[in-house]
Amino acid sequence: MKILVQSEDFDVSDELNLLRQSSPNIGAVVSFVGLVRELNEDAIQTLTLEHYPGMTEKSLHEIAQQALTRWDVLDVTIIHRVGTLRLQDQIVLVAVTSAHRHNAFLACEFIMDYLKTQAPFWKKEHTQHGEHWVEAKSIDDKASQRWELKN
Amino acid sequence: MKIKVLYFARIKEAVNYSSEEVDLPESVTNITTLKQWLSLRGETWNRLFNGDQVVRAAINHTLVDNLASIQTGDEVAFFPPVTGG
Repeated sequence: MKILVQSEDFDVSDELNLLRQSSPNIGAVVSFVGLVRELNEDAIQTLTLEHYPGMTEKSLHEIAQQALTRWDVLDVTIIHRVGTLRLQDQIVLVAVTSAHRHNAFLACEFIMDYLKTQAPFWKKEHTQHGEHWVEAKSIDDKASQRWELKN
Repeated sequence: MKIKVLYFARIKEAVNYSSEEVDLPESVTNITTLKQWLSLRGETWNRLFNGDQVVRAAINHTLVDNLASIQTGDEVAFFPPVTGG
Protein backbone atom coordinates (compact mmCIF):
# COMPACT_ATOMS: atom_id res chain seq x y z
CA MET A 1 0.00 0.00 0.00
CA LYS A 2 1.28 3.46 -0.91
CA ILE A 3 -0.34 6.57 0.57
CA LEU A 4 1.08 10.01 -0.20
CA VAL A 5 -0.16 13.52 0.62
CA GLN A 6 2.05 16.00 -1.21
CA SER A 7 2.13 19.40 -2.90
CA GLU A 8 4.13 18.10 -5.91
CA ASP A 9 2.48 16.70 -9.03
CA PHE A 10 2.59 12.96 -9.76
CA ASP A 11 3.22 10.93 -12.93
CA VAL A 12 0.37 8.46 -13.48
CA SER A 13 2.43 6.34 -15.86
CA ASP A 14 5.28 5.96 -13.31
CA GLU A 15 2.85 5.02 -10.56
CA LEU A 16 1.01 2.44 -12.68
CA ASN A 17 4.30 0.90 -13.81
CA LEU A 18 5.46 0.56 -10.18
CA LEU A 19 2.22 -1.19 -9.28
CA ARG A 20 2.27 -3.39 -12.38
CA GLN A 21 5.80 -4.60 -11.70
CA SER A 22 5.15 -5.43 -8.03
CA SER A 23 3.59 -8.86 -8.55
CA PRO A 24 3.23 -11.49 -11.32
CA ASN A 25 -0.33 -12.18 -10.13
CA ILE A 26 -1.69 -8.81 -11.31
CA GLY A 27 -4.17 -9.18 -14.14
CA ALA A 28 -5.79 -5.75 -13.87
CA VAL A 29 -4.83 -2.20 -12.90
CA VAL A 30 -7.72 0.25 -12.46
CA SER A 31 -6.97 3.90 -11.82
CA PHE A 32 -8.86 7.16 -11.27
CA VAL A 33 -7.39 10.66 -11.63
CA GLY A 34 -9.31 13.68 -10.30
CA LEU A 35 -8.63 17.08 -11.90
CA VAL A 36 -9.26 20.74 -11.11
CA ARG A 37 -12.15 21.71 -13.36
CA GLU A 38 -14.31 24.70 -14.19
CA LEU A 39 -17.29 24.62 -11.85
CA ASN A 40 -19.25 27.80 -12.54
CA GLU A 41 -19.36 30.59 -15.07
CA ASP A 42 -17.11 32.34 -12.57
CA ALA A 43 -13.70 31.22 -13.86
CA ILE A 44 -11.43 29.53 -11.34
CA GLN A 45 -7.95 30.98 -11.25
CA THR A 46 -6.55 28.70 -8.57
CA LEU A 47 -7.74 26.12 -6.07
CA THR A 48 -6.23 25.75 -2.60
CA LEU A 49 -6.41 22.42 -0.81
CA GLU A 50 -6.07 22.44 2.97
CA HIS A 51 -5.80 19.24 5.02
CA TYR A 52 -5.32 17.96 8.56
CA PRO A 53 -1.77 16.52 8.65
CA GLY A 54 -1.71 13.23 10.53
CA MET A 55 -5.44 12.59 10.34
CA THR A 56 -5.39 12.72 6.52
CA GLU A 57 -2.80 9.95 6.19
CA LYS A 58 -4.53 7.85 8.88
CA SER A 59 -7.89 8.26 7.17
CA LEU A 60 -6.50 7.28 3.72
CA HIS A 61 -4.76 4.23 5.21
CA GLU A 62 -8.00 3.10 6.83
CA ILE A 63 -9.97 3.53 3.59
CA ALA A 64 -7.35 1.59 1.57
CA GLN A 65 -7.27 -1.14 4.23
CA GLN A 66 -11.06 -1.47 4.08
CA ALA A 67 -10.86 -1.92 0.30
CA LEU A 68 -8.13 -4.57 0.66
CA THR A 69 -10.24 -6.44 3.23
CA ARG A 70 -13.50 -6.21 1.32
CA TRP A 71 -12.41 -7.12 -2.20
CA ASP A 72 -9.86 -9.54 -3.58
CA VAL A 73 -7.38 -6.84 -4.58
CA LEU A 74 -3.58 -6.99 -4.42
CA ASP A 75 -2.39 -3.44 -3.82
CA VAL A 76 -3.55 0.18 -3.56
CA THR A 77 -1.86 3.51 -4.32
CA ILE A 78 -3.45 6.79 -3.21
CA ILE A 79 -1.74 10.13 -3.93
CA HIS A 80 -3.58 13.34 -2.97
CA ARG A 81 -2.15 16.79 -3.56
CA VAL A 82 -2.47 19.77 -1.23
CA GLY A 83 -1.59 23.45 -1.58
CA THR A 84 -2.27 25.65 -4.57
CA LEU A 85 -3.44 24.04 -7.84
CA ARG A 86 -4.48 25.44 -11.22
CA LEU A 87 -7.21 24.56 -13.70
CA GLN A 88 -6.68 21.08 -15.24
CA ASP A 89 -4.03 20.14 -12.63
CA GLN A 90 -4.15 16.63 -11.20
CA ILE A 91 -5.57 16.50 -7.64
CA VAL A 92 -5.78 12.84 -6.77
CA LEU A 93 -4.74 9.40 -8.02
CA VAL A 94 -6.30 6.16 -6.83
CA ALA A 95 -4.92 2.98 -8.42
CA VAL A 96 -5.84 -0.60 -7.52
CA THR A 97 -4.39 -3.91 -8.73
CA SER A 98 -6.10 -7.30 -8.72
CA ALA A 99 -6.12 -10.62 -10.52
CA HIS A 100 -9.46 -9.81 -12.21
CA ARG A 101 -10.86 -6.44 -13.26
CA HIS A 102 -14.18 -6.57 -11.39
CA ASN A 103 -12.64 -6.35 -7.90
CA ALA A 104 -10.27 -3.56 -8.95
CA PHE A 105 -13.12 -1.46 -10.45
CA LEU A 106 -15.23 -1.81 -7.31
CA ALA A 107 -12.36 -1.13 -4.89
CA CYS A 108 -11.23 1.96 -6.85
CA GLU A 109 -14.72 3.46 -6.83
CA PHE A 110 -15.22 2.62 -3.14
CA ILE A 111 -11.94 4.34 -2.22
CA MET A 112 -12.86 7.52 -4.13
CA ASP A 113 -16.38 7.65 -2.66
CA TYR A 114 -15.07 7.22 0.88
CA LEU A 115 -12.16 9.62 0.35
CA LYS A 116 -14.59 12.36 -0.72
CA THR A 117 -16.67 12.06 2.47
CA GLN A 118 -14.15 10.91 5.12
CA ALA A 119 -10.65 12.23 4.41
CA PRO A 120 -10.02 15.68 5.94
CA PHE A 121 -9.35 17.84 2.85
CA TRP A 122 -11.02 21.18 2.14
CA LYS A 123 -11.07 23.03 -1.20
CA LYS A 124 -11.12 26.78 -1.58
CA GLU A 125 -11.71 28.31 -5.03
CA HIS A 126 -10.10 31.57 -6.03
CA THR A 127 -11.86 33.42 -8.88
CA GLN A 128 -11.59 36.90 -10.32
CA HIS A 129 -14.53 37.85 -8.06
CA GLY A 130 -12.98 36.59 -4.84
CA GLU A 131 -12.53 33.35 -2.96
CA HIS A 132 -14.91 30.86 -1.36
CA TRP A 133 -14.83 27.46 0.33
CA VAL A 134 -16.32 24.63 -1.72
CA GLU A 135 -19.47 23.24 -0.04
CA ALA A 136 -19.82 19.51 0.58
CA LYS A 137 -22.39 17.86 -1.70
CA SER A 138 -25.15 15.50 -0.57
CA ILE A 139 -24.61 13.49 -3.77
CA ASP A 140 -21.16 12.55 -2.41
CA ASP A 141 -22.72 11.37 0.87
CA LYS A 142 -25.17 9.22 -1.10
CA ALA A 143 -22.34 7.77 -3.20
CA SER A 144 -20.49 6.84 -0.02
CA GLN A 145 -23.57 5.43 1.74
CA ARG A 146 -24.30 2.93 -1.04
CA TRP A 147 -21.21 0.96 0.03
CA GLU A 148 -22.47 0.48 3.58
CA LEU A 149 -22.81 -3.17 4.43
CA LYS A 150 -26.37 -4.33 5.07
CA ASN A 151 -27.00 -6.50 8.11
CA MET B 1 -8.18 19.03 32.21
CA LYS B 2 -5.94 20.34 29.47
CA ILE B 3 -6.52 19.51 25.82
CA LYS B 4 -5.41 20.81 22.41
CA VAL B 5 -8.05 22.17 20.02
CA LEU B 6 -7.45 22.59 16.27
CA TYR B 7 -9.58 24.45 13.72
CA PHE B 8 -9.60 24.00 9.94
CA ALA B 9 -10.84 25.70 6.76
CA ARG B 10 -13.87 28.02 7.16
CA ILE B 11 -13.83 27.51 10.93
CA LYS B 12 -10.15 28.43 11.25
CA GLU B 13 -10.81 31.64 9.32
CA ALA B 14 -13.85 32.50 11.48
CA VAL B 15 -12.06 32.13 14.83
CA ASN B 16 -8.83 33.51 13.39
CA TYR B 17 -6.40 30.90 14.68
CA SER B 18 -5.56 27.31 13.95
CA SER B 19 -4.80 25.78 17.35
CA GLU B 20 -4.87 26.45 21.07
CA GLU B 21 -4.32 24.71 24.41
CA VAL B 22 -7.36 24.99 26.67
CA ASP B 23 -7.95 24.08 30.31
CA LEU B 24 -11.51 22.76 30.50
CA PRO B 25 -13.85 23.14 33.48
CA GLU B 26 -15.18 19.88 34.95
CA SER B 27 -18.54 20.39 33.24
CA VAL B 28 -16.95 19.83 29.81
CA THR B 29 -16.77 16.09 29.19
CA ASN B 30 -17.70 15.50 25.55
CA ILE B 31 -17.93 17.22 22.14
CA THR B 32 -21.40 18.68 22.84
CA THR B 33 -20.36 20.30 26.12
CA LEU B 34 -17.08 21.52 24.57
CA LYS B 35 -19.06 23.21 21.75
CA GLN B 36 -21.39 24.80 24.33
CA TRP B 37 -18.43 26.04 26.39
CA LEU B 38 -16.64 27.51 23.33
CA SER B 39 -19.92 29.18 22.22
CA LEU B 40 -19.80 31.36 25.34
CA ARG B 41 -16.73 33.15 23.96
CA GLY B 42 -18.84 35.54 21.89
CA GLU B 43 -20.99 36.05 18.84
CA THR B 44 -18.55 34.53 16.31
CA TRP B 45 -18.18 31.36 18.36
CA ASN B 46 -21.89 31.15 19.11
CA ARG B 47 -22.76 31.49 15.41
CA LEU B 48 -20.14 28.89 14.52
CA PHE B 49 -21.38 26.17 16.87
CA ASN B 50 -25.10 27.02 16.99
CA GLY B 51 -25.65 28.21 13.42
CA ASP B 52 -26.95 26.43 10.33
CA GLN B 53 -23.61 25.12 9.07
CA VAL B 54 -22.46 21.64 10.02
CA VAL B 55 -19.35 21.38 12.21
CA ARG B 56 -17.63 18.00 12.28
CA ALA B 57 -15.32 16.89 15.09
CA ALA B 58 -12.37 14.53 15.45
CA ILE B 59 -10.61 13.29 18.58
CA ASN B 60 -7.00 12.14 18.14
CA HIS B 61 -7.42 11.93 14.33
CA THR B 62 -10.67 9.92 14.38
CA LEU B 63 -14.04 11.33 13.28
CA VAL B 64 -16.46 11.30 16.24
CA ASP B 65 -20.05 12.26 17.03
CA ASN B 66 -21.22 14.80 19.61
CA LEU B 67 -21.43 12.26 22.44
CA ALA B 68 -17.76 11.21 22.19
CA SER B 69 -16.02 11.81 25.52
CA ILE B 70 -12.87 13.90 25.89
CA GLN B 71 -9.85 12.85 27.98
CA THR B 72 -6.88 14.83 29.31
CA GLY B 73 -4.28 15.42 26.61
CA ASP B 74 -6.66 14.74 23.72
CA GLU B 75 -6.32 16.55 20.39
CA VAL B 76 -9.79 17.72 19.39
CA ALA B 77 -10.37 19.19 15.91
CA PHE B 78 -13.34 21.10 14.51
CA PHE B 79 -13.89 21.41 10.76
CA PRO B 80 -16.58 21.69 8.05
CA PRO B 81 -17.72 18.64 6.02
CA VAL B 82 -14.78 17.53 3.87
CA THR B 83 -14.44 18.37 0.16
CA GLY B 84 -11.33 16.55 -1.11
CA GLY B 85 -10.89 14.31 -4.13
